[in-house]
This record gives sequence, structure tokens and C-alpha cells, in this order.
Amino acid sequence: MATTNVVRDEYSELVDLEHSHDHEHGQFIAHHFHSAEQQFDSGKLGIWLFLVTEVLFFGGLFVAYIIYRYNRPDVFIDAHHHLDTLLGGLNTIVLLFSSLTMAWGVRAAQLGDNRTTAISVLATMVCAALFLGVKAVEYSHKWDLGLLPGNLFSYDPLAKHDHALISNYLVMLCVPFGVLLLGFLLGAILNLNTGKKLIGQFYGGMAITMLGYFAGVGVGVLWMATMTPKHDSHDDHHAAVVVAADAVRPVVFSADDAAPKVETAVVDGAAAAEAPAGSTAPLDKSLGVFFSIYYCMTGLHAVHIIAGIAALAWIFYRSLAAQWRPDYFGPVDFVGLYWHLVDLIWIYLFPLMYLIR
Amino acid sequence: MATVTQKQQLFGHAPTNHYLDASRGVMSWIFTLDHKRIAIMYMYGVILSLFLAGIFALVLRLELYTPGPWFLTSAQYNQMFTLHGAVMVFLFIIPSIPAIIGNFVLPMMLGAKDVAFPRLNLASLWLYWAGGFFFIVVLATSGLDTGWTFYTPYSTTTSTNVIAATLGAFILGFSSIFTGLNFIVTINTMRPKGMTWFRMPLLLWGLYSTSIIQVLATPVLGITLLLLIVERLLKLGIFDPAYGGDPLLYQHFFWFYSHPAVYIMILPAMGVISEMLGVHCRKEVFGYKFIALSSVAIALLGFLVWGHHMFTSGQSEMASLVFSAITFSVAVPSAIKVFNWLCTMYRGDINLSTPMMYIMSFIFLFGIGGLTGLWLGALSTDIPLHDTYFVVAHFHYVMVGGTMTSLLGGLFHWWPKMSGRMYNEPLGKLFCLLVFIGFNLTFFPQFIMGSLGMPRRYHEYQAVYQIYHQLSTIGAFTLGIGIFGAVMTLVYAWFFGRKASGNPWGAATLEWQSSSPPSFHNFEHRVIVSAPYDFSSVVYDESVDGYVPVVPKREAAPAPQPTPAPVSN
Repeated sequence: MATTNVVRDEYSELVDLEHSHDHEHGQFIAHHFHSAEQQFDSGKLGIWLFLVTEVLFFGGLFVAYIIYRYNRPDVFIDAHHHLDTLLGGLNTIVLLFSSLTMAWGVRAAQLGDNRTTAISVLATMVCAALFLGVKAVEYSHKWDLGLLPGNLFSYDPLAKHDHALISNYLVMLCVPFGVLLLGFLLGAILNLNTGKKLIGQFYGGMAITMLGYFAGVGVGVLWMATMTPKHDSHDDHHAAVVVAADAVRPVVFSADDAAPKVETAVVDGAAAAEAPAGSTAPLDKSLGVFFSIYYCMTGLHAVHIIAGIAALAWIFYRSLAAQWRPDYFGPVDFVGLYWHLVDLIWIYLFPLMYLIR
Repeated sequence: MATVTQKQQLFGHAPTNHYLDASRGVMSWIFTLDHKRIAIMYMYGVILSLFLAGIFALVLRLELYTPGPWFLTSAQYNQMFTLHGAVMVFLFIIPSIPAIIGNFVLPMMLGAKDVAFPRLNLASLWLYWAGGFFFIVVLATSGLDTGWTFYTPYSTTTSTNVIAATLGAFILGFSSIFTGLNFIVTINTMRPKGMTWFRMPLLLWGLYSTSIIQVLATPVLGITLLLLIVERLLKLGIFDPAYGGDPLLYQHFFWFYSHPAVYIMILPAMGVISEMLGVHCRKEVFGYKFIALSSVAIALLGFLVWGHHMFTSGQSEMASLVFSAITFSVAVPSAIKVFNWLCTMYRGDINLSTPMMYIMSFIFLFGIGGLTGLWLGALSTDIPLHDTYFVVAHFHYVMVGGTMTSLLGGLFHWWPKMSGRMYNEPLGKLFCLLVFIGFNLTFFPQFIMGSLGMPRRYHEYQAVYQIYHQLSTIGAFTLGIGIFGAVMTLVYAWFFGRKASGNPWGAATLEWQSSSPPSFHNFEHRVIVSAPYDFSSVVYDESVDGYVPVVPKREAAPAPQPTPAPVSN
């Protein structure tokens, strides 16, 4: 029968075409993609969408920031004096530099230069860890002073802040990194001695990254040490501002007709009236809201830095294994984009938190 | 004959070597990257959540049969309606259609082997389980009594397990984001040659719009719930007026996600309806472009109306006015869809199958649900109606009458593809009718008692409302039996149903060009892309007891003329 023959030929052709197509698949192309280009485009769109979700995730916090800054500008101006602009600025430079090394790594991967990629990614990781080290010094210093979020806020501007240079909190923050450092060092030595070069180099790189953290801690502590005498006078000057702000506040807020704020004003007013100015310091809990927002934003950012180090470690390992080629470098590019976003968020956080006027 | 065997392999019922028996063992399921298996595992979780939350609903309805307290204390009653809402929203409705039907059908509609990121897809399934686990923790510990919205300041002060529930919802949010992200990338980069945007099946437009919302709105919910958790743990003060915080900010954050989330729930349902309608009316879908673009329009407008949940919360009148006006504008694309569906049915060759009955039931119920939404969007009528049973009836008409109806219809429609078996048609129709009647009996009286002033979430009520509550309770049990019967019909079909061919409905979209159930790689041949509702592109073939695609004749290039042999003399 002529028709059946035609049908068979048509469907056979469909099947044959499909099978001949399968042989073109390279080593790094997943089975469901047609080509390296399609795979790269999918990954690129995917990471951009992921970055959009990240921006929106932080967006909620930025909105909260805007609303409280609008409601209580005095609190924000007052509170930012407790943030160390120099350490914040140092961290900004460190992150900007890490974006440069990251971009360098991406370019090297595009050219298939795996060695340069590995070095650049390692530099990026060291910068990330250094950032965390400085941040740990900042955090622990604030915890010592009682500059804590919301209800936990217990900063007393008039008390003398005679605390150890290296606080217990800082030691606690260093412990996990210390353990990791020892582990990676041990891993590097053992593996390099037994001839497992790849994994040994990887562990070595990670140990250097952890050293970066301690370098950050060192810089931070040194800076704090040089600042200590000046810092106290700074605090004293500051206490006056706090008290003055409290005295003024009831007047400011009686003009405001929003119900919750009137309540606050009454509470504050009562507190100010009870506490004779100068003898016992009024504990302004609303300063705690600034630190709530500060810790939420910088904390979430720090979590992203840690996640970034994990992702970079993966890229670092694959660079050492020399897996990037001019037609396959997607993962470096995607992690790079993520890293630039983390950097960018800090670029916004720094002026919003540290440089308020 | 070779041709018949080959055709049966490609387009018929696949007796062996399909995705269900490609590999065996529990591990081959838990660690699978196959979108079809992931869809099936999602289905277990989603249907289980439906039954669990459905049982909560029946307990509530039974308790409300009498005006006074019966067998629940007021605290238990609060827990019941909270868990009913939270489980239904986060574990059932939001994942339902995208995760089951979307995961199964979307790559196949594109003629692809899988979604763009199969591992991300598996991760989202695992996150779904992890989120579900936290809800089990809530059930096992001190419960939850905040309502599914977790409004502050109550949620920061109640002694129930708000942290576990919000953590669960947070994790489920990421599951939802990953699914959405995956779908957007898949649709953007993996369409086959010849399938332009406006030659895509309408389900894909619905899923694409849904995914946009999932990606843009869900992160905001994530950060909100995270703030709520930290607020409970550390007393941040951001939502607490005692520190200068603002509880209304929580409501703004929450509804900035949760209103668009309403469209996460309904847009895929609209997509499923649009998709099935053409097939079961055997007529090209009327106004294709309008249906497609109205999905996108709803997705975008959905971001601008969250304030209509807060008309009576004390937001400024100007804000309420603007939100109200934009709310009305959402009715336009919704109505465009309904008119186009009706026009598709008009003079169509309607095949009154079970999916078609669900379609008609959807259009009817969604019509009522949508139109009553206008009453609530109008500022003057919202003041007396807010927080009454009118609101409850309205969103159940949209969520249950809309989404659940179309989920069931979609499952019946794609069941032959998923299981390789046909369901029992009379039983399917019977339970569809039962669902329809039970649903209306449950929720229509709630419109009446709501407009008479019966507030929602009340444990006890005045005797005048009893008749409506009794009707509603009877209806709820009818609905419960209907849903249970429909699911059982499907389960029975999975094991004992008549074997289905690759394309029993004669649909023209690509997923029907595979065998039933599909092979591991979906297609054993290259797919033939045609217009999605061009029903002349398939012909009935007796040898496979179903439809097979018409292979287009290759006529583009003129046949090569025999070149005269060179004269060699």
C-alpha cells in the first residue's frame, strides 16, 4: 500500500533526525540542552532573575529603613555616630577591590586561563573573609557597649566603657574561623604530602582565605586600639546629644497626629521627666530600632558574603581542576554576577548607615 | 507491519520503558531530575495537604452547625481556622497547578526533554517537603492561632508556635521562587524552532505570568516573615509602636506579596481552562492574543492593588481611593478572559467530557467570585462587608471554585498522559457534579449571611444565622465527598483504567505527540511544531486508538531537477 509506505517513511525520518542530533553533545552540555549557547543563555537569564529576587529580598529592609528614617530622623542621625566610618570605608574599599579581582577572574576564564582564574578567585575570597573579619570587630565592639537591637538595647552613654581590647564576643566570632583554618591547613599538608595535588591546593587556598579573616580582625583591633582614648570623649560628647534630643522630643511629637507615635512620645516624655538630666542616663529604646535595622541589613549582607565564599570556593576548585574553556565558563560568570550584587548592596548600605548627615 | 508498531511506540500507549518504570526504587524517585517524576511527587504532597486542610474545614463546619460552642473550645477553633487557611494557602493552592501540571506539561509543551534547571527543580521539591515538615511541627507543638496572615502585634505576642509556621512559609516561598525562575528561563530559552511567543499554548502564558509574580513578590514575603521571626526572638521593635515601630508596615509588606499571590493562585488556573477549552470544544481558542496578554496584564496590575486589603486599617483615604480604582481595573482583563472563553464555546463542537464539565463549572464559579470582588473593591460597600462571611464566600469562590476546580479538571485532562490510563467517564462526571453542587451549597449561603452581618472567624453566633450555617455545613460535606470521589476516580484509573493512547483528546499541543505515559526523554522523535489550536494538524489513527500528528509535506525547496548526464562521446 502506497499510503502506509509514505507514513512509515515520514515517521522514520523524525526518529532518525533525533538520534543523529544526540552525538553533537559535548562534555559540559547537559542532556536537555541543544547547544552550549542555549545552556549559557539559560544560566545567564537564571542568575539575573535570581539577582532580581535578591534585590527584592533586600528591598523590604530598605523600605523599612526609609520609613523609620522618615519617622525618626533624629534617631538615625544620633545613632550613626556609633558606627566607625573608617572601618566601614575600609570594608568598602576591600569589597570594591574584590569585585575587580572577580571581574579579572571571569575574563581569565573566558580566555581559558585557569591559573589566573584560580588566583583571582582566591584573591576575591581573601577580600571577602577580610571584610568579615573587620565586621566581626565592629559587631563585637558594639555588643560590648550594649548597642543591640530593639529590646536588648542597653547602651548607657554616661557609663565608662573600660572593656578589654579583645572582647569575648570577638573571640567567639573567631572560633569557627580558627577551627576551619586549622582543618584546611591540616588537609592541605596531608594531601600535598600524599601527592593529591588538586585537593591539597584547594585546601591550601581555603586556609589562606581563613587567614584573610584574621588579617581583617587584626586590622580592626589595631584601629580600635589607636582610637580608644579619642573614642571615649566622642561618646561623652554624644551623651549630651542624646539627652538634648530626649528633652526636645515630646514637643516635636505632640504636633504629630499619628496614634502610635503619640504613645511613644508620652512614654519618652515620662521617662525624660523621671530621669533628672545628667544623673542617670535616659535609656532611649528607640535608638534600638536603628540598630535593629542595622543588624538586619548588615547581618543579611554578611550571610550573603558567607554564601558567596562558599560559591567562590566551588569556582576555585573547578579552576584548579582546569575546567574552564572559552566555550564553557558560565559558572564563573554567574558567581561573578552574584558577587558584584553583594558588593553593590554594600555600596548602598555604607552611605545609608555610616555617612548620615 | 513495521509502520504500525513504530507508530504505536511513538504515539500510542507505552507498555514498557516509560518514565514510571525507567528506573526503580525509592531513591530513584527522591533523587530524580525528571520533571515528570517531580510533578508526581508534588502531587502526593499537594493532594495530601488538600485532604488535611479539608478535614480541618469539615471540623470547623461541623462545629458551626450549632450557634453555641459544641465540641471545640474557642482556642481550638482559632487554631483550626488558622491551620485550615495556612495549609490550604501555602501547601495546597500556591504550589498546586504550577508544581503538578506545570512541571509535568510545561517542558513537554515546548518539545523539550526537561526544564532548564532540573536540579533546581528537585531543590524546590525538597524545599516544599521541608516547609511542609515545619507545618507538621506546628501541629505537633503548640499550634498556631494567628490566622494565616500572621498579623502583628498579635503574632509577636501569642504563645503559639508562630516561628515554626513562618519558617515553614519562608521555606515554601523559596520553593515557589525556584519553580517560577525555572519556568521563566525554560519558556524563554527552550522553545522549539517555529514556536514564537504568540504560537505558545495558553497554559504557558498563564504559567509565565504566574512565574513573574512568584519571582518578584515572594522575596518580599520572605524578608517580612524573617523580620517577624527576629521580632519574636529579639524584639526588634520594627513592628512595635512601643519603640516607634509600625504594625501597619507589616500589613503593607504582607499584602505586597499576598495580593499578587492571589494571582499566583488563579492565573495558572485560567491557563489550564484556556488550554483545555479549545481541545474539548474542538475549536480554535477565540481571541488568543487577548487571553495571552490579559494574563500578563493581571500579573502586572496585581502588584498595584495590595492596599485594598487595608481599607479599614487606617491608611489614608487618598491611598484607599487609588487602590480601589486600580482594583476595579483588574476586572477588565479578567472579564476579557471570560468573554473569550464563552466565545470559544459558542458554536464549538463541545465534547461534554469531565474536563469540559469542570471548565463550565469554573467559568460559572469564577464569574460569581470575580463579580463579588467588585463589591469588596468599592470603598462604600467594603465598609459594612469587610471581615464578614461575604469576604469568606468571595475568596472561596475564586480560590476553590476557581483554582481547585481547574486543578481537578486539569488532572482529568492530563491524566491519560501522566498515568497512561483513561479514567471512568461517568464517575468523573458524577463527582464533578457533586463538587459543583456541594460547593455552591457551602458558599452561597455565606454570601447571604455575610451581607446580613455575620462576622468571619467567630466561634459562636446568633441563632438567626443558624439556617445558613447549617446549609453551609451540609454543603461542605457534599463537597468533601465530591472531591474525595474525584480523587479516588483518578487513583482507580491509575491502576485499573483503560489504556490510553498518546493523544486521546485530539489536542494539537506538543505534549500529546509523545506516547502515554511518555518515555524518560519525553519524545522518541523530533516533535512537529504547529499552531497550538490548529486541530487539523492531528488525525485519528485506528492503529493507535488515538490521534497522531500529520507530518507536513516538505515542499519548501523545489525538487531537484535531474541534471542531464554529461554527454561523453
